[in-house]
Amino acid sequence: MTTGTSAAASPVALPPYEQVVAEYDPVLGLEVHVELSTATKMFCGCSTAFGAPPNTHVCPVCLGLPGSLPVVNAAAVEAAVRIGLALNCHIAPWCRFARKNYFYPDMPKDFQVSQYDEPIASDGWLDVEIPTDDGPRTLRVGIERAHMEEDTGKTLHVGGTTGRIQGAEYSLVDYNRAGIPLIEIVTKPLEGVGSLAPVVARAYVAELRDLVRGLGVSDVRMEEGSLRCDVNVSLRPSADAPYGLRTETKNVNSLRSVERAVTYEMRRQAGLLSAGQRVHQETRHWHEDTGLTTSGRSKEQAEDYRYFPEPDLVPVAPRDEWVEQLRAGLPEQPSVRRRRLQQQWGFSELEMRDVVNAGAVDLVAHTVAAGASPASAKKWWLGEVARRANEAGHDLDSAAITPQHVARVQALVEQGTLTDKMARAVIEGVMAGEGDPDAVVQARGLGVVSDDAALLAAVDRAIDALPDVAAKVREGKTAAVGALIGAVMKDLRGQADAAGVRALLLDRLGSPS
Amino acid sequence: MSTSHGTATAVDIAAAVRAGERSAVEVLEPYLAAIEARDAELHAFNLVTADEARDAAAALDRRVAAGEDPGPLAGVPVALKDNLCTRGVPTTCSSRILEGWRPPYDATVVARLTAAGAVSVGKTNLDEFAMGSSTENSAFGPTRNPHDPTRVPGGSSGGSAAAVAAGFAPVALGSDTGGSIRQPAALCGVVGVKPTYGLVSRYGLVAFASSLDQIGPFATTVRDAALLLEVIAGHDPCDSTSIPQPAPGLVDVLDRGVEGLRVGVIAELTGEGIAPDVARRVTEAAEALERAGATVGEASVPAAALGLSAYYLIAPAEASSNLARYDGVRYGLRVDARTTGEMMEASRTAGFGDEVKRRIMLGTYALSAGYRDAYYGKALRVRTLIARDFAAAYERFDVLLSPTSPTTAFPIGDKAADPLSMYLNDVCTIPTNLVGDAAMSVPFGTGDDGLPVGVQVLAPALGEVPMFRVGAALEAAAPGAAAVRPDGEEQP
Ligand SMILES: [Zn+2]
Repeated sequence: MTTGTSAAASPVALPPYEQVVAEYDPVLGLEVHVELSTATKMFCGCSTAFGAPPNTHVCPVCLGLPGSLPVVNAAAVEAAVRIGLALNCHIAPWCRFARKNYFYPDMPKDFQVSQYDEPIASDGWLDVEIPTDDGPRTLRVGIERAHMEEDTGKTLHVGGTTGRIQGAEYSLVDYNRAGIPLIEIVTKPLEGVGSLAPVVARAYVAELRDLVRGLGVSDVRMEEGSLRCDVNVSLRPSADAPYGLRTETKNVNSLRSVERAVTYEMRRQAGLLSAGQRVHQETRHWHEDTGLTTSGRSKEQAEDYRYFPEPDLVPVAPRDEWVEQLRAGLPEQPSVRRRRLQQQWGFSELEMRDVVNAGAVDLVAHTVAAGASPASAKKWWLGEVARRANEAGHDLDSAAITPQHVARVQALVEQGTLTDKMARAVIEGVMAGEGDPDAVVQARGLGVVSDDAALLAAVDRAIDALPDVAAKVREGKTAAVGALIGAVMKDLRGQADAAGVRALLLDRLGSPS
Repeated sequence: MSTSHGTATAVDIAAAVRAGERSAVEVLEPYLAAIEARDAELHAFNLVTADEARDAAAALDRRVAAGEDPGPLAGVPVALKDNLCTRGVPTTCSSRILEGWRPPYDATVVARLTAAGAVSVGKTNLDEFAMGSSTENSAFGPTRNPHDPTRVPGGSSGGSAAAVAAGFAPVALGSDTGGSIRQPAALCGVVGVKPTYGLVSRYGLVAFASSLDQIGPFATTVRDAALLLEVIAGHDPCDSTSIPQPAPGLVDVLDRGVEGLRVGVIAELTGEGIAPDVARRVTEAAEALERAGATVGEASVPAAALGLSAYYLIAPAEASSNLARYDGVRYGLRVDARTTGEMMEASRTAGFGDEVKRRIMLGTYALSAGYRDAYYGKALRVRTLIARDFAAAYERFDVLLSPTSPTTAFPIGDKAADPLSMYLNDVCTIPTNLVGDAAMSVPFGTGDDGLPVGVQVLAPALGEVPMFRVGAALEAAAPGAAAVRPDGEEQP
């Protein structure tokens, strides 16, 4: 649990990115942890629900109480096999869990049940599409392994200034998360992508996220930590040189951050190397706010995890027929699905690429499903919503607005209730937490009903048609207005708000309402 | 002493209580009185739960009065090794590190005993975290052998063995990782059974070495041991290593005799290192079985001699991981310090005894990068080798025979300073744990010193039926078996 003690190199300037990729060849490795959305934890019956009061989703097993024993959650194994299959991996016919031993207060047993040299899935790949100046390019990212493990608890350091363990007065541990099933997906070293490295890293995580979401086994929400990414970066002078010393940057919790963290680490390492200093093999922490990484635990003083097969669990042996059954039941691959949707939506290559790059394929699909046209769905998500999410530093899919909201806004525009400008204000209101679009329209008094030309014309027609009644109203007999309202409603085949029509008539006839 | 207990066996007690002939409260009191009279001297118990026992017995009697059948162990007092979790009742593993901890749940075996009508009288002493062969490694002081209080009762389940031998309870539960039931049973002159790995749920047994640990019964008779095992055995969904099968019927096979059974005496475990008086009893036992109709021959299990070395790598390796959780964060002893890391270190330094620390260090070393394959890895290969040799022997024999312990009970303090000679005590019992087979110790006369000798009956995995048949035959043929009582008194 020693942190931040590796000797800090004297600060060096960050060279421009163009210079970095001209002088060095980056090699990446990505480790993604996916929190499964099984109803219960990996080895006990406790709920995995997010956001419960601390230490309420716990039992002797996930608290690691003396004498307790784990029992594997079959749903988690199934999810792991399906993820492995979707990543074109080999599924082990027989594998075991292993104990990863190290002391940490948020780990109830002071070891983590994981998999070591017998992962359930290994040796696969995932294709990702990268936009380049020469059009889209497909890159195959090799998958080393996908394995099952349990999550740890969460420590809250109280007192001190950093929120870190140093300087804290005391620490509180919440074990609700302890034992939640995780799948760790590790890439093979990703090399030969040169200046595209940050973009490839981001595209890989986005593609993996879409794939896992498509399987329905995880919420894959980076902000809530149900998808977490560690990025390994090293530089070497040329593509035929041996790998350089690498850093592992943790806590990279948005797609933007993946791209930024890789870029920053490449520049930082290049700066060190160009200044004749060496890169320390270490764990680093990503800081979303500053866009920097800082030194964490040095790998040289890293712990020896003393892995050995978990003797409290029996081996996992997925039967062939079962695996094939799961393979047959896999949903459409995200890339295939994208092609299909592009066709259905009638988007050009360029339009579809914009949607993909914005991470908005599912959002647009759901918005279309909620009744909006593909073009309008794309317009809102990639326009106003993206702009506001970007300002707030969020990924699009964690913006506080749903496809149903966007579809409703578009419907209001098409009905003529909202102008384009008003619609943007409604979106702002929804994202600010003021409620759903109708609530925002009402609360902010938005809407075009009162000056609708068709409505006014109908009112005038009614007044012309019933001059006697109109005269009575003008004299202050407002009760007579009912006949006029009836005429307007009939004229508009009921497509108007009676209260609004009444107010409009009284206004027109100069009577107090 | 035994006479003051009236019906002395669990089988008789349960029958009498179920029939309404005796009340559970009546049954219980003489045992509590015996504990009161002599446990200050013997220290079989870490905790006597007399009040809870009286309440449980009274509740049981009300159920009988209401026409219910409380189960096959109705009113049978039982002593529990203090590494079995008991809801709300301190469970210490005879370690300071668990100071103040009360489990929020019952071990599966405890729940099954309770459901069968047994009445727990308390938690028995053990070597700290079951690491030892003499019960001298307890943080709360040693247990003494009821046959000779200057001697050890064996270990690690020395408290349970002594409790049964002293008449504090007709039956008890222990745990056996390398002989921790069988060796104290032998040294205290009672029956002790290490069932097949996975036959009895380990849920709620505080782990020492998970791949070796197994819970089993102590009793004064083979029949009582069979009854107790029937109650606690059988699949438990909370322990995925428990065998998905119902418990085997054992009491009903005891009268079948040994006619036609093939019995092999293990050559490697009856020669060098075994005291001549103990070896002689094994020979007599084999002869008795032959007279009873079994076929007896010499069996060879060459790799069995390697068991001790493999065991002292595998068991500490698993223990080093199992005992990591005692870090002062969540329960038990906490020694405050400046940082969390220092608090953990201080708590563990103060909370664990020397033998536990020794094994944690051994195991940590055996799993370390660069040594893992040479130590832990090699030990696993030896384990496979031993299993192969036993499997070969069981092609020729239904059960095997050996001494349980190389000697009779040794004086307290004799081996405490010499861990290696202490470890040698388990040379005959360890191989069974490594292989996951079954074995039991049956009292068979005495050594030259007049102290009890146990003969070990070994059987392949799930070979409890032939093992108990042979055990019953040995019990019937044992020289002066009934004479081995704590007070030297003959049983009627
Ligand atoms: Zn739990």
